[in-house]
Amino acid sequence: MDAPLTLHPDDETVLEATNLTMQFGGLRAVNNFSLLLKRGELNGLIGPNGAGKTTVFNMLTGVYTPTAGVISFLNTDITGLEPFRINQLGIARTFQNIRLFPSLTVLDNVRIAYHPHAGYSLMDGIFHNNKFELKEKEMTEKAQDFLEVFSLQDRQGEIAKNLPYGEQRRLEIARALAAEPQLLLLDEPAAGMNPNESVALMDLIHFIRERFELTILLIEHQMRVVMGICEYITVMDFGEVIARGTPADIQANPRVVEAYLGPGSAALSEKFSRKKAL
Amino acid sequence: MLKRFNRNTLLFAGGALAVFAVIQILLLTGLLNPFWETILRKGAVMAIVSLGLNLIYGFNGQFSLGQWGFYAIGAYAAADITYRWSNDGSSTGLLVLLLLVILTGIGITFLYRALSRVRGLDALSSFTLYLIGAGLLAWLSVLLGGMLAPAVDATLKALPQAIADTFVYVMAVLIAGVLAAEVSFLFGLPVLTLGSDYFGIATLGFTYIVYVLLQNSDTLLGFVEMKGARGMIGIPKVTSWFWVFLFLVIAIIITRNLLHSSHGRAVVSVREDEIAAKAMGIDVNFYKTLAFVLGSLFAGLAGGLYAHIDGFLHPDTFNFVRSFDPLIIVVFGGLGSVTGTVAASFAWALVLEGVLRLVLPPGFETWRYVVYPILLLVMMLLKPNGLFGNFEIPFLQQFLPPLKNKSASAAKEANQ
Repeated sequence: MDAPLTLHPDDETVLEATNLTMQFGGLRAVNNFSLLLKRGELNGLIGPNGAGKTTVFNMLTGVYTPTAGVISFLNTDITGLEPFRINQLGIARTFQNIRLFPSLTVLDNVRIAYHPHAGYSLMDGIFHNNKFELKEKEMTEKAQDFLEVFSLQDRQGEIAKNLPYGEQRRLEIARALAAEPQLLLLDEPAAGMNPNESVALMDLIHFIRERFELTILLIEHQMRVVMGICEYITVMDFGEVIARGTPADIQANPRVVEAYLGPGSAALSEKFSRKKAL
Repeated sequence: MLKRFNRNTLLFAGGALAVFAVIQILLLTGLLNPFWETILRKGAVMAIVSLGLNLIYGFNGQFSLGQWGFYAIGAYAAADITYRWSNDGSSTGLLVLLLLVILTGIGITFLYRALSRVRGLDALSSFTLYLIGAGLLAWLSVLLGGMLAPAVDATLKALPQAIADTFVYVMAVLIAGVLAAEVSFLFGLPVLTLGSDYFGIATLGFTYIVYVLLQNSDTLLGFVEMKGARGMIGIPKVTSWFWVFLFLVIAIIITRNLLHSSHGRAVVSVREDEIAAKAMGIDVNFYKTLAFVLGSLFAGLAGGLYAHIDGFLHPDTFNFVRSFDPLIIVVFGGLGSVTGTVAASFAWALVLEGVLRLVLPPGFETWRYVVYPILLLVMMLLKPNGLFGNFEIPFLQQFLPPLKNKSASAAKEANQ
């Protein structure tokens, strides 16, 4: 596996993970994982169930401290920092199984993510002074702006758990963006979506990348989505990186096909594609 | 500046004044006898304790049984200050505890700032540092307090006695609150990192420790005036309806203002989903500690007020079995409802201590502990969300801000 870590070696580095290893007791969930994200890239991380993709996300966001390896974000070492500090530095994420604040309103969900930028102290909050009023108004307007981008502005008073599934997904992305990140990690954003919704989601991801000048890394199982939007893909299996490359490279890579469909299937799939060609 | 006092705030202020005035007039005219007055005062005290617990359990989601322990700490601390002042004419208790809470407060803030820069420090190591610091400062304040006491005694005695007594009383209540808050900070450091159920058990243990220490306060702790399991007597009975009402209103306003701010939303987000809150940049440990410390502050204040109602404190009042009382009130009134908590506290006092005592035939007073749980059971079956559910009076409600560009989006919709 000698594919380069990135296609744009000269751009500014946003995230660099070097030789990450995560050991849970006797289980090595992730082994020697490296990743390089340059500014503005939209990369994918795929692999069969249990390959260690979400563990990688959890290490990058500080939920787990890697057993070995270094993570640096914008040239600062963030290995072992607490999740909230990493978020405040500029890495936001969404979750595989949606994790909204279920019994709060849509607006409050977004405003909570904006809290680190609130700009007033606890005492200002308890006395409700002028600074509080000013900043609170600013914060609310900002949150409403985010909701508008995701066309949720008319839903601001709704309780989050009462939203339909697709809107919950959108709200989760809106909430992640409200933290004003530079790097967005999306954990299976298209899970449970039908083909039409997935297409709409792909448009949305493209749109927010342009609008908020984001670097995006996403985990996804729907190949339509991954192959449709990712520029560069890292494939994992059993905690190891087995391939890197552009969507076209990955689709042609026999190791990837084998990881997904089982040993021997690469030859089979080649036979099929030859048949198709005929 | 004035526009902030909108209709709801004025309504609340007016309502609070009206309630206070009506009851005060009833008291002055003698229509409300001392029996009912005591019940009202106890209801208000219970409301302050339960508000604190609602902050911890209802809004922050941390199941705590420690509220009663902090209530006990507040009660005995305040009682000790006023006891020494009214019986011995000595302000040593006041001074030592005042210095203690101030010095420890400064020390904790300082240490917190310093330690927050250290990466990867585990809770137990920082707890040890805090404990050593607090111990040193306590020793220092005992030393300093003893030295300063004679001068302060003379100053206080130069004042008219009513003023000096009131001053000592109010200071005692405030110190009781801050002391309980600081103890809760120290206790919360290692314990708040536990998951919710384990936290509940640990706090139950705390309440029990306080109970046992109070039973042996004259021997183990060396406070002879507390008289251990025989009960502390001779505390001035100075908590009037005015004081409990004042502190209750302050507690309601602080809770309300906190919850309506971004910090309050951060507190609630921890209850909603801790992992998501962390991922959204919320310092979960800080907000857990904040809710716990503020809740315990209320418990300490309430304890200080309670100590001066009957003028008598007994460790059995602070037995851990009674620690379920505020918990029941909070659940009964509706988790996360301030209105519900206050209403349920008064209902608790009126029903359990008042109505049931009068309705049940003589000799059957003990049966109220049977009737009361049955009432609760029926209530939980009929209305599992609590008496008030999510209801709040307008002053305590959060209203949705208007959409910024309502007209723009409406126009867009019309075009489509």
